[in-house]
Amino acid sequence: MMGERPSPPARFEPVADGDLRIAEVSFLTQVNLRLDPGDPAAGDIGRALGVPLPTEPGTYGSADVDVLWLGPDEWLIVGEPGRERDLETRLRTAAGTGHVAVTDVSAQRTTLLVAGPKARDLLAHGCALDLHPRVFGPGRCAQTMLARAQVLLVARDGDEFLVLVRPSFAGYLVAWLLDAAAEHLSGQPG
Amino acid sequence: MTRQPFRRDGHRGETLRFRFDGRDYEGYRGDTLASALLANGVRAVATSVRLGRPRGVFAAWTEEPNALVQIEHPFPEPMLQATTVELYDGLVARGLPGKGRLSGEADPARHDGVYAHCDVLVVGAGPAGLSAALSAAGSGARVVLADDRPVPGGSLPDTAETVDGLPGAEWAAAALAELDGHPEVRVLARTGVLGYYDDNYLVAVERRGERASSRERLWRIRARRVVLATGAHERSVAFAGNDRPGVMLASAARAYVNRYGVLPGRRAVVFTANDSAYAAARDLTAAGVEVAAVVDVRRGGGRSWDGSEVLAGHLVTGVDGQDGVSSVTVSPDPRGGLAGDREIEADLLLVSGGWNPVVHLFGQAGGRLRYDERLGALLPAATRQAVEVAGAARGLSTLGRCLADGAAAGARAAEAAGFRAGRRSAARAEDVAAALAEHVWLVPAADYRGHFVDLQRDVTVADVMRATRAGLRSVEHVKRYTTAGTAHDQGKTSGLLTSGVVAHLLEVDVAELGTTTFRAPYVPVSFATLAGRDRGALHDPVRVTPLHGWHVARGALFENVGQWKRPRYYPRAGEDMRAAVLRECAAVRRGAGAMDVSTLGKIDLQGPDAAELLDRLYTAMMSTLPVGAIRYGVMCQPDGTVFDDGTVTRLAEDRFLATTTTGNAAAVLDWMEEWLQTEWPSLRVYCTSVTEQWATVALAGPGSRAVLAGLAPGLAVDGESFPFMTWREARVAGIEARVCRISFSGELAYEINVSAWDGLALWEAVQGSGAVTPYGTETMHVLRAEKGYPIVGQDTDGTVTPADLGLGWVLSGKKADYVGKRSHARPGDLRPDRKHLVGLLPDDPDRLLPEGAHLVATARLPEPPVPALGHVTSSYRSAALGRTFALALVSGGRERVGDRLYVPVGAEQVPVTVTRHVLYDPEGARRDG
Amino acid sequence: MMLIPCPWCGPRDEAEFHYGGQAHVAYPADPAALSDAEWARYLFFRDNPKGPFAERWSHAAGCRRWFNVVRDTATNEIHAVYRAGGQRPVSP
Repeated sequence: MMGERPSPPARFEPVADGDLRIAEVSFLTQVNLRLDPGDPAAGDIGRALGVPLPTEPGTYGSADVDVLWLGPDEWLIVGEPGRERDLETRLRTAAGTGHVAVTDVSAQRTTLLVAGPKARDLLAHGCALDLHPRVFGPGRCAQTMLARAQVLLVARDGDEFLVLVRPSFAGYLVAWLLDAAAEHLSGQPG
Repeated sequence: MTRQPFRRDGHRGETLRFRFDGRDYEGYRGDTLASALLANGVRAVATSVRLGRPRGVFAAWTEEPNALVQIEHPFPEPMLQATTVELYDGLVARGLPGKGRLSGEADPARHDGVYAHCDVLVVGAGPAGLSAALSAAGSGARVVLADDRPVPGGSLPDTAETVDGLPGAEWAAAALAELDGHPEVRVLARTGVLGYYDDNYLVAVERRGERASSRERLWRIRARRVVLATGAHERSVAFAGNDRPGVMLASAARAYVNRYGVLPGRRAVVFTANDSAYAAARDLTAAGVEVAAVVDVRRGGGRSWDGSEVLAGHLVTGVDGQDGVSSVTVSPDPRGGLAGDREIEADLLLVSGGWNPVVHLFGQAGGRLRYDERLGALLPAATRQAVEVAGAARGLSTLGRCLADGAAAGARAAEAAGFRAGRRSAARAEDVAAALAEHVWLVPAADYRGHFVDLQRDVTVADVMRATRAGLRSVEHVKRYTTAGTAHDQGKTSGLLTSGVVAHLLEVDVAELGTTTFRAPYVPVSFATLAGRDRGALHDPVRVTPLHGWHVARGALFENVGQWKRPRYYPRAGEDMRAAVLRECAAVRRGAGAMDVSTLGKIDLQGPDAAELLDRLYTAMMSTLPVGAIRYGVMCQPDGTVFDDGTVTRLAEDRFLATTTTGNAAAVLDWMEEWLQTEWPSLRVYCTSVTEQWATVALAGPGSRAVLAGLAPGLAVDGESFPFMTWREARVAGIEARVCRISFSGELAYEINVSAWDGLALWEAVQGSGAVTPYGTETMHVLRAEKGYPIVGQDTDGTVTPADLGLGWVLSGKKADYVGKRSHARPGDLRPDRKHLVGLLPDDPDRLLPEGAHLVATARLPEPPVPALGHVTSSYRSAALGRTFALALVSGGRERVGDRLYVPVGAEQVPVTVTRHVLYDPEGARRDG
Repeated sequence: MMLIPCPWCGPRDEAEFHYGGQAHVAYPADPAALSDAEWARYLFFRDNPKGPFAERWSHAAGCRRWFNVVRDTATNEIHAVYRAGGQRPVSP
């Protein structure tokens, strides 16, 4: 009786304003990968993923999955929902006998989409990073704090950000985002 | 005829009504509360904090020491300066006797914060600041210009000087409009920078008003370069009666006539030691104020003055008038050999003792200051921060030089940040040569009790003399002895004056004394603003598990464990906590109960050296654990004290799962990374948090085997197939699960782990079996305490070792080392009087001991100091024991089993008997059901 | 709020980091071989200079890497940042 997946962790009415959109993107596949980038397995894994493991801190590469730099020996592979098994197998096969850790962490974070011309202004209420497009443009990612929650922030094309957060924090973070968003919605006092 | 009798002829505006001290008045938009009060002839605005003396408006902006008000409506706010409160229609305020009061009403306003980054932050939008921002903006740099006033220009609207041929205020407005046109420039008006911290991190408060989404906004600005163009404050002179309403800084009077169109009096005397007050006298005369005399300390007087009489080489030696100046006594400087006092009728006395560059932020930034003898002022000297100081803030006194200096500083800052500043000629203004100023700190007298140094703190020269006569030599000590400079105004008008007076009394140079340390905030800030969005429900993150909605729907009451909300118990109709917990405990001991334990920390360790890492960090041997088995483990600090405990599950030869306590999940992962990265980088093991990947349901009680069998028909659940401390993979309620046979209650029990996404489905299936009682943390605490299982952080503090807890069996003797092992052999760890975890049974089986209560040996409390033997760490009512019991840490406790001890509770000595810490099923017979 | 240059992530606010005390205090190779006094010295004794101090920090809210910093304890000026296990740069 494999039941329906429960409702997403954050569970809120999405915001779809002219300048600002906030929504939850649930159940993405996420696999944590640890290895020494100098290990020969790194090249094989990059080929298996279709994109080399990024070694420049705070960047990500994309193929049919996104490969996000988390640390000098740590990446997060993010893909469409339901690909945990496929990805784990692909990574383990490519890793061979190398010292590699592959961990399914798909349920370890949920994902919020914050997008639109006001997205940067909204995030700046609680994120100490410089989010200027020259500094944190498409292709950049960062583990940092948003309000009082640790997040993984991903900048995509078109003023679009993904905010990956522990599900236990999602309710808090969404309440915070909606409160901070109020002034950026049309018809609200600035 | 205007209803504002002191309004300058021809000055009009949108009329605003307000109430002050119970009387109704009118003012104009653009007024401050202070200017509106002056326009209505209100002179005594507040009373002083210590002496209760009437006080009037003394300054025209944030340096105001006197005119403190309490806003009553539209929102209650204490301790504001009337000189900075923008007047609005319907304002209700009253003057304060020195101290405000916090409102008892909740404040419905929102406060928030924003982080900002820039290449160049310019603080102050006066002539220098605007010039700096213009030249930096032209380079393409990201510029933030923050200014605390509602309109740009700094002192320009006060002085009505011209820039580039335009009235100063018009030039400033045009400059601001140009800046607003730059896409990379952000202009923050009404935004006062109040703190300058490490690495060019500045904090500012924006006053946004009642109609904005937030009343105040805290800006946290990280700037690559900073230009401080913060201007200068005029300072007073210590003379008798210098606190009377009607005594006012000359520059403030000039601001009231020029900026606000208000006459601060009808007939004025000007007391000065420099030329700037002459300009004030000229502007007041033009506005229709009669200037009766200019009293100039300097024997040669000031620049040419075609107004009234100049009394060169004279001093003001007295001021008459209780609630406001009525006359001023002027005497020749005794050093000049002249004699003959004169009394001049006046309702206004303008004072200018010189100018203090506003170096507060520079000082906060760690910058050193130097005293300039010629200027009689502290000027910025060296600093390690990337900051420029421009204009009057570094002692420049003429408008033309400030404009040029700001433009150069802005260009330098942009270039230092990596931009190329364009060639832009600085704005120009006429510079008038000034005669040399003199520095007069106090007017000599026989009695100094009326010579005020700090108006807000009511500190006089007499108070400072008392300090110096007591032997104090440092201005820091004098400040603390007299409280001078400790008020809301941070000594803006009094700081250097205090130093000057101390120097005079000690007959040393001001340069030798310096001034007191500048600290944030430069202007007062409310706690609500500092808190911003971190209040109420958003004060701290509330963390919940995937099952939280179910717990809420079933009426669970919650316990905070760190940031987590954990169900504490699930009361049924009519049950209190005691009844609910006894029922839940009985259900687990007799049938089956289920608990959400998803909050436990979980760390996935992979790699050929994972076993070696665990052997080093846990006190027990983990490398001998077979795949499929589970072991309890304790981690210690190097000093041997308990850090955390949990279970270690061997998933594969090179893969383990370690669990941690709820509160220590992040700390344990950090701990593992710390050892791996800093001490043992050669160990090949990776640690990954999977705390929230899994939802975990504890199923406990003699009935749990049958429940599990029903939910997992494919799993062999008999004790032989599935022994204690092993795990199996199975489908439970159709969900892929890892089932572990571990117990924290002493009963037959399982922990079922599934993907967090499936947690709720599993939990509902367990509850749907019909035989299971949901239980919370309180029941879990009771059950484990009956078994003597400690909870790290409740039964331990930073002094408790595993041996103290009766956990000697987890300390491996076979391993050469584990973190903490060496400490367990230190003499202190071997003392027989260490505190051991023991059980306590109160003589009265219904008596519940308070946790934290102390233990003593005697039935009567001896005289202090009372030798305390230890304290109660856990205390409960037990359904299984049919009585109350407690755990306690007791000195030499294991040797005291059977002894009678006493727990002082209030005036009572509650008798208890010491027992072993395992009170229920000490043989462990119930573990296998 | 100090701006600490993480060797991996670049400059980040101090609030993202955990402090780890004095650097270059190695866990003894064989604690059992140490006298009680020597072990106590390892456990409890640390330098506390006014001025440059080599200390450990961890980028807890970021890449979770430990690294070393030479920071002036009087001014918070950061003179050097280097990876865990690295040698302290010469002066100041």
